[in-house]
Amino acid sequence: MIRAWLRSWLFLPAAIGMAGLLWWAYRALPQVGDSRSLYGDYIATNAVGERHATDTVNAVTYDYRGIDTLGEEFILFASVIGVLLLFRRQPGHPADTSEAHEDEQIEETIPPTDTIRVTMQGMVAVMVVFGMYIASHGQLTPGGGFQGGVILATAALVVYLGGRVDTFKRAVSHPLTEIAEALGAGGYALIGASAFIVGAAFLTNWLPLGQTGQLISSGTILLISLAVGLEVTGGFALLMHAYLEEVIKQEGGE
Amino acid sequence: MQTLAFTILVFVAIAAPGVVLTREPLKQCIALSFYGLLFAVLFFVFHAPDVALSQMTAGAVILPAILLLALVRMQHRDRSRKVERQ
Repeated sequence: MIRAWLRSWLFLPAAIGMAGLLWWAYRALPQVGDSRSLYGDYIATNAVGERHATDTVNAVTYDYRGIDTLGEEFILFASVIGVLLLFRRQPGHPADTSEAHEDEQIEETIPPTDTIRVTMQGMVAVMVVFGMYIASHGQLTPGGGFQGGVILATAALVVYLGGRVDTFKRAVSHPLTEIAEALGAGGYALIGASAFIVGAAFLTNWLPLGQTGQLISSGTILLISLAVGLEVTGGFALLMHAYLEEVIKQEGGE
Repeated sequence: MQTLAFTILVFVAIAAPGVVLTREPLKQCIALSFYGLLFAVLFFVFHAPDVALSQMTAGAVILPAILLLALVRMQHRDRSRKVERQ
């Protein structure tokens, strides 16, 4: 009782103070689209000419500040490995003992209706094509490897939701998923290191830049985007498998 | 343009406490996904289509999906424990 009373007394002045500070900061904000920074101006005027990439955001993420993105990619890589480590099968794990109870199903899982199945199976094709499009056109239009990779990995989850548990399991537990994850993460670093061949610094965009607006253009930006796409697809597919492994074991009836 | 930006800001401002005040985890996941989608629209309205796409994939799809997967796993755990006790 006293505690709740004290809490609201602490909260009120803090909230009022916070609101005041926010209001103060808000007053000093520049108008929308009015802010200027040296870096932003430089990128906006020079990126297309220097990198032949019409989407300057990707020119920044995969080239101008490519080393940051490499770090971010390895954050994802490390998180996926962390989850896989936590979920790994240990002796005496409940999942091992639960196999004995396989015939006494506790609660029937509701099978998806025909409408859901048909819609989802139609969606998978669209999602795969769209994911590949987004991942490969990052240098031209908004998108890139990360977004495309997430869409591709989600397509696998849609297969599962549409009731094709076996297909989902075969796709995400395939060795290629792990290879994609490793190849994507390592590939980024290797593409960066490949600049050493021509005696340039790490992550220098040394490949021919091609013609602005063409699909195969902008040198290493396209390659790095594809590597990130592979890594993200593989990583999230592995995550889904790790989460659903036990559930599938009983549902799939194997 | 101004009205559109204002409208979406108000929507996001309403949706954010909506997510916090939804206490049931499953419903909260769906609220979070909806909030993520609104946020993506906000970025799009403010001329940041790249960030909008990232937000849509990460905030509206993968984050709620991972939370849902965790919920499924926990429910499954509870159920198999119950069976063991019987």
